[in-house]
Amino acid sequence: MSFPWAKNYEPQAPLMKWMDEKLPLPRLVYNAIGAGYPVPRNLSYFWNFGVLAGFCLVLQIITGVVLAMHYAANAGVAFDSVEHIMRDVNWGWLMRYMHANGASFFFVVIYIHIFRGFFYSSYKAPREMVWLIGVTIFLLMMATAFMGYVLPWGQMSFWGAKVITGLFGAIPLVGEPLQVWLLGGFAPDNAALNRFFSLHFLLPFVIAGAVILHIWALHLPGSSNPTGVEVKTESDTLPFHPYFTAKDGFGLGVFLIIYFAFVFFMPNALGHPDNYIPANPLSTPAHIVPEWYFWPFYAILRAFTVDFLFIPAKLIGVLAMFAAILVWFFLPWLDKSPVRSGHYRPLFRKFFWFGLIPTMAALFYLGGAAAEEPYVMLSQIFTAYYFLHFLVILPIISSIERPEPLPFSITEAVLGHDDKAVLGASAQPAE
Amino acid sequence: MASTGTADLHETEVAGGVRRRDFIEIAAVSAAGVGALASLLPLVSQMAPSKDVLAESTTELDISSLGVGQAIKAVFRKQPLFVRHLTPAEIAAADAVNVGDLRDPQTLAERTKEGHGTILVTMGVCTHLGCVPLGAADGENKGEFGGYFCPCHGSHYDTAARIRKGPAPANLVVPDYEFTTDTTLVIG
Repeated sequence: MSFPWAKNYEPQAPLMKWMDEKLPLPRLVYNAIGAGYPVPRNLSYFWNFGVLAGFCLVLQIITGVVLAMHYAANAGVAFDSVEHIMRDVNWGWLMRYMHANGASFFFVVIYIHIFRGFFYSSYKAPREMVWLIGVTIFLLMMATAFMGYVLPWGQMSFWGAKVITGLFGAIPLVGEPLQVWLLGGFAPDNAALNRFFSLHFLLPFVIAGAVILHIWALHLPGSSNPTGVEVKTESDTLPFHPYFTAKDGFGLGVFLIIYFAFVFFMPNALGHPDNYIPANPLSTPAHIVPEWYFWPFYAILRAFTVDFLFIPAKLIGVLAMFAAILVWFFLPWLDKSPVRSGHYRPLFRKFFWFGLIPTMAALFYLGGAAAEEPYVMLSQIFTAYYFLHFLVILPIISSIERPEPLPFSITEAVLGHDDKAVLGASAQPAE
Repeated sequence: MASTGTADLHETEVAGGVRRRDFIEIAAVSAAGVGALASLLPLVSQMAPSKDVLAESTTELDISSLGVGQAIKAVFRKQPLFVRHLTPAEIAAADAVNVGDLRDPQTLAERTKEGHGTILVTMGVCTHLGCVPLGAADGENKGEFGGYFCPCHGSHYDTAARIRKGPAPANLVVPDYEFTTDTTLVIG
């Protein structure tokens, strides 16, 4: 697909030849995730997470379709139907625990995938579109996960729905009618539950479509790699199959061990006990928190407690929360350094490990903490750094930093020498 | 496209460069456009509250048993409603505040009905993100100002249910209501 030395699909069996003429689907698969896709030979395990994310999506769709066969999206019986799945449906407990923990693990995988992108600047040319589609997929995932969490109609489901739709109420003028329209009522009720179920079923397939675009856009320039040096010759690559199917298969095995350790031995560790209390519109749980994967953004939402000029604090909080993700869309143009990999960017690396990573860790913690001091003040400090990092620090670093020398090629980075580097060293300076 | 048949059709022009076919093209695209726009109306409108939801929009409430200093939680439009019988001390506390300093300036008198100045009726919905504040039931945290306290994000309301501290932008909403008798409220 992407390089001239990519292996060509040559069907041997008569059936496959017939198929290739009528509908070249096996050819498409061969070129996308088979031997026909050359991949940089130096990919580390951080490059497993795209395949893992795809696996999680399939897992969620399969378990989700099964759950939908037994679940009833009606506010009167939704909670009981989930308990019915847990107690009466054959293997229902397994499907539900796999789906609930699958969502958490999907986000673990996707966060690592995104932060891999941050460190190796995977968002830079020529892969901007891959990145833009990826951030869109992340937003779709958040919407899907939020609506899925509402379906059991427990206390956290109900109050989560109320708080999150309440965010739209912060929009000036149209906010409150918009909120009523989204819910189909004045508070979350049957109408809201039903539409959330419908959309929760639909969106994963929209995500699957976006994933196809994500992979398509990726395969035009080909995968990035830990050096950030682009592929030059065939010696820089290996066929995806069997080399990276094997490497991804090993990673998948490790992932499944950890995932099933949660599913079988601590299935509720990542959930919240209050969601086993049926929804009660008249009583708010003492401590409302969203699922853990929303905590950094929830911390940013709550960090704004003071009005600014005529803008109420609530609206600033909502805008900041959305801006925290929207700023990722602009990364390809905020980080102008021609060097991609953090391995060759000393200053960038420092701010990544000692700035961005601790800040995200702190926001994760603070989003789950109670809305009181010192957590509010700490949220404000880390929120400020979060935006400074992307909007100020990153552009400054990329203009003042002196990157370390890059290897001539991926082959040189792997083997320590590249014969072509000797031949062409004078003519072709390192990228 | 260069076949003579098609070319003939395109050359069927009348004065001013307008072809006879232009009419059918514009009419077809316009009809499709209007049709697409018109189909948006039911698609958007079906999301709005249905008639049975709207039918529950008024609630009658008997407060004859509500003693001084007590509060009750009722349900209005599937949302909690707080009715509070204020004590003289609570009224004094609310009136002692300089209204100009408030985030959402309102006096207690503006938030109650004339002749029923001790009965404070508000939605039990925090104006921040919609949680139910504490303080209506016995033993609940009433916050720093003796009114209501929202545990979600720490908004404090005073005895007139006005926002005093925390992220909420406005006072607890006073819904439309009236006294049909001295002890009966109709809300909505």
